[in-house]
Amino acid sequence: MSSSSAPRSAGWDLLGSELTVLFRRRRTWAMLVAIALIPILLAVAVRLSSETLAPGEGPPFLDRVTQNGLFVAFTAMIVAIPLFLPLTIGVVAGDTIAGEAGLGTLRYLLVAPAGRVRLLLVKYAGVAMFCLVATLTLAVAGTLIGAALFPVGPVTLLSGDTIGVADSLLRSALIALYVTVSLLGFAAIGLFISTLTDVPVGAMAATVVVSVLAQILDVLPQLAWLHPWLFSHYWLGFADLLRQPMDLSSFGDNALLQAGYIAVFGALAYSRFATKDILS
Amino acid sequence: MTPVTPALDLAIESRGLTKRFGEQIAVNAIDLAVPRGSVFGFLGPNGSGKTTSIRMLLGLTQATSGQISVLGQDMPSRLHEVLPRVGALVEGPAFYPFLSGAANLRRFDTADRHAPSRTRRVRVDEALHRVGLTHAAGKKVHAYSLGMKQRLGIANALLQPRELLMLDEPTNGLDPQGTREVRSLVRSLAAEGTTVFVSSHLLAEVEQMCTHAAVMSAGTLVAQGTLADLRHVGETLVRLRTPDAAAAQGVLSRLGLVPRRTDVPDEDPWVMAPLERDTVENLINEPESLVSALVAAGVRIRAFSIEEPSLEERFVALTGEGFDVVQ
Repeated sequence: MSSSSAPRSAGWDLLGSELTVLFRRRRTWAMLVAIALIPILLAVAVRLSSETLAPGEGPPFLDRVTQNGLFVAFTAMIVAIPLFLPLTIGVVAGDTIAGEAGLGTLRYLLVAPAGRVRLLLVKYAGVAMFCLVATLTLAVAGTLIGAALFPVGPVTLLSGDTIGVADSLLRSALIALYVTVSLLGFAAIGLFISTLTDVPVGAMAATVVVSVLAQILDVLPQLAWLHPWLFSHYWLGFADLLRQPMDLSSFGDNALLQAGYIAVFGALAYSRFATKDILS
Repeated sequence: MTPVTPALDLAIESRGLTKRFGEQIAVNAIDLAVPRGSVFGFLGPNGSGKTTSIRMLLGLTQATSGQISVLGQDMPSRLHEVLPRVGALVEGPAFYPFLSGAANLRRFDTADRHAPSRTRRVRVDEALHRVGLTHAAGKKVHAYSLGMKQRLGIANALLQPRELLMLDEPTNGLDPQGTREVRSLVRSLAAEGTTVFVSSHLLAEVEQMCTHAAVMSAGTLVAQGTLADLRHVGETLVRLRTPDAAAAQGVLSRLGLVPRRTDVPDEDPWVMAPLERDTVENLINEPESLVSALVAAGVRIRAFSIEEPSLEERFVALTGEGFDVVQ
């Protein structure tokens, strides 16, 4: 008896449970609804206003929305990326460990025993999944409202080429993926910050502040040398997917950069959490 | 499930277990020895280091120094083998308020890789049934009373058959009815062979459920042993009320006791004498022989009692009175 050799499962159940808890939470739904409202408000505002925008006026692509509803999703993406998406991801990522600590459930997960490394991995996977769902929500809501309020037709790309509706839907999906990948480094920073405190609101706020700071640094020309190293540097780089042929070089650089952030902040989160005294 | 184990087999053993928070020593070199199969009361006033000790035993916090062995294995290095065999309630229950009671238990169960998912639903239902929460299984935890949360916390510790249960203040927030239920639950678990380690600041509780106890005071383990051992340290008293106090004192002195007298205005005086276990064993076993000796000497007895030392006296002697606990 003393050598407990009960069969160990691979441990996917905890991930399933994490996703269930995350996506059943009313807070998560509220954030996803708010995300979906961005393209909807944008499309309704454009539809109701009688003014026609001069090319280049307003956010990128906004002037094209009236001619082609498929641009709603692209415009909404550009509007949401700097503030709203990082805000929601900051909430989810900042809540990962600090939220469990705040509720006191962290100690029960750890004595179950969940394993500290496994718990971190599961928590990160949950945030990554939220990033994907959030960007897909934006893309799908944008496409649907665009199709409902405006004509839909072949899309003229930034390179001047024209692609069909099906191809442009595919590009929308690819853009959602690109944006998701762009956010993964930021998600890892949020996970790390979340291991530092037992107060979830503090971790959320700090995570959002980090995203704002990075974007401020990214617009200061004096810090040009730093720009390629900022996790937010490629956040708006998805426009490269709207060229023919697709320019994937920025995607490669971005993926590498995000992987670096994940490695560094994942290691920091591990070193902090593996030996942390759980006093909550 | 647990085979018959030798008396010296320990479910929990710590040596020199110490925890420091900066300058403050929360737990100071404690040597716990919890025998397998015992119901072990971990007593001490609030703030005496009980919960900190439990957190170290469960691998939640790191010991500053000292060794821990739980179920025969080193902690925290063998945490992943040890903890699936341990059920725990640490510093009160904690749950996701937006999930139902049953969903909370399923959530914690998924965290244990040894917990088979096939039987999860059944095990959760059984645990809820065991603590009498079947009717509230589908209710969100934020609608639970404190007592219901406490029971749900105990149910969480019972999701699988355990060799050791560590229950930190399990009757906190429970009404007298609930307290009694927890007590009988602990007894039935102990009868099944589970070692139960219960922390409490309530003496009566420990006195009623436990076979062994340890007393903490200001981070130090000041006493440890079977309940009987702990009690023996105090003195048993013989107490009688009589108008013939002087004669009674004479009789008791002749029997080898050291009587003393307390006068009460307008009433008969009390005569008391401590009974020391070693010297007057037969008197303790047969107190009626005292009565017959007194009556034979013409002492009019109006009241007579043998008072066993209470654990409470011992506890207060060790840890200080009331809120005036040692810090």
